[in-house]
Amino acid sequence: MKESFDAIVVGAGPAGCAAAYSLARAGLDVLLVERGKFAGVKNMTGGVLYGPVLNNLIPDFWKEAPVERHVTRHVITLLSEKTSLSIDFNSTGLDESLQDGYTVLRARFDRWFADKVEQAGGVVITGVRVDDLLWDGKRVVGIVAGGDKIPAGVVIAADGVNSALAKKAGLSARLSPENVNQGVKEIIRMPRELIEQRFNVSGDGGAAIHFLGFCTRGVHGGGFLYTNRESLSLGVVVQLKALIENNLKSVELLEGFKAHPTVKELIKDGSTVEYSAHLVPAGGLGMVPRLYTDGLLLTGDAAALVLATGRSLEGSNFALASGMAAAETVRRAREKGDYSQETLSHYAELLSESFVLQDLKRFQRSAELLENQRLYSVYPELACSLAEKVFRVDGDPKKTVWQLAREEMKGRVSIWTLLKDALAARRSV
Amino acid sequence: MSTMTMEQRLALNKYEVDTEAHIRLKQDVCLQCEARSCLYVCPAECFKEREGKISFSHEGCLECGSCHISCGPEAIEWSYPRGHFGVSYEYG
Repeated sequence: MKESFDAIVVGAGPAGCAAAYSLARAGLDVLLVERGKFAGVKNMTGGVLYGPVLNNLIPDFWKEAPVERHVTRHVITLLSEKTSLSIDFNSTGLDESLQDGYTVLRARFDRWFADKVEQAGGVVITGVRVDDLLWDGKRVVGIVAGGDKIPAGVVIAADGVNSALAKKAGLSARLSPENVNQGVKEIIRMPRELIEQRFNVSGDGGAAIHFLGFCTRGVHGGGFLYTNRESLSLGVVVQLKALIENNLKSVELLEGFKAHPTVKELIKDGSTVEYSAHLVPAGGLGMVPRLYTDGLLLTGDAAALVLATGRSLEGSNFALASGMAAAETVRRAREKGDYSQETLSHYAELLSESFVLQDLKRFQRSAELLENQRLYSVYPELACSLAEKVFRVDGDPKKTVWQLAREEMKGRVSIWTLLKDALAARRSV
Repeated sequence: MSTMTMEQRLALNKYEVDTEAHIRLKQDVCLQCEARSCLYVCPAECFKEREGKISFSHEGCLECGSCHISCGPEAIEWSYPRGHFGVSYEYG
């Protein structure tokens, strides 16, 4: 191995691989260090990756990458204890290029991505934890791993939500139970034909189902089910604070979710083959730390670059885009031969010009608005019970839907609160 | 699908257990805590309460970090396990 590098990237997730790949392709000497036995083995997402950002870096990546299915059905399902009500968007009839959300299994996907880094000329080492940063005064000048000091012009920290490097540099995102969500997930193996029949998809098409309501027993969070080629990814994501305050365990929520009559039918005859957990920074712009210092840049989850809105929890694209912006910044810095924070401030400029910081700014009130407990309890229940009344024919004189709605709202929520919440949702969704 | 015990769940995963624990508990600080959030937030149920004291096992850890973020009195010292060790997801 070389004695020093232009850049060392720590962590082989989407942010780290995107950064290392971009740098290697630009001809820089880059080292990518990953603590897992292989790239990807420590990583987990719900799993939908949206294509446009990665497609800019690696055109038509989905033709060679181990993606599972492209999403042709987006479903939102509200759950009460025994019933469910869904909105089902089916895009099978659209051109394939417009269906660019892919279900992925990260252990496979990230390993492919790390291989791409190697093919582009980067050096990839796995099974090595970076223990410390190497300092020259107040400048980061490399890493310390396994007792070895490896110097570099710049270090890119892509070491995830619990970033050890951000902490060492005093740049940590302030993680707290309020701004962090916990995801737990099962991989449920199921024959391909059964998945396609049950989820009304064919070929490489797939479904992404998001659940709200009983899946978290009405506390801050939601559930998800994604179809892979020959398995389902099923899980719940819950705010840590909600677990603590309600003495709930996410695994109990997951068991309850699986036992729900609607979900039970969807996973029937499948067998669970893996159980995983991961944290998601969900506090929005308010928790994003300072993104760089002399000789160091933070990317992806290590910089809490995740968009949490009422309609999605999107991290992979933010990770990819931040990794690419970090690489572009480093490429320029190397031309100048200057890795000071003045030069690296270009990183913040690039992120401000891209969707990364623009989305986080636009939705900066989301975190606060998502604290509204009615989103997880009152509204899903109300919608399901109203649907039950609307679809019931019981021989009594019929009422209008409006009359039924007013009856169902009684004791649950006032019309004024409902209107207020709807107005607030304009900004959070 | 019947419910699984935590042992059954964790047995699905592949682990390379390090003899050196990546979680440390400051017992004196821990004993002053009443909330004991660790008992709820750990998705692998690594923390147990016995005779009023918290004990833990790092072996089934899923490396999420929930415990140290949720520990009010900051009694938990947490790091990623050494390279190569810990959980390895096959799917992820």
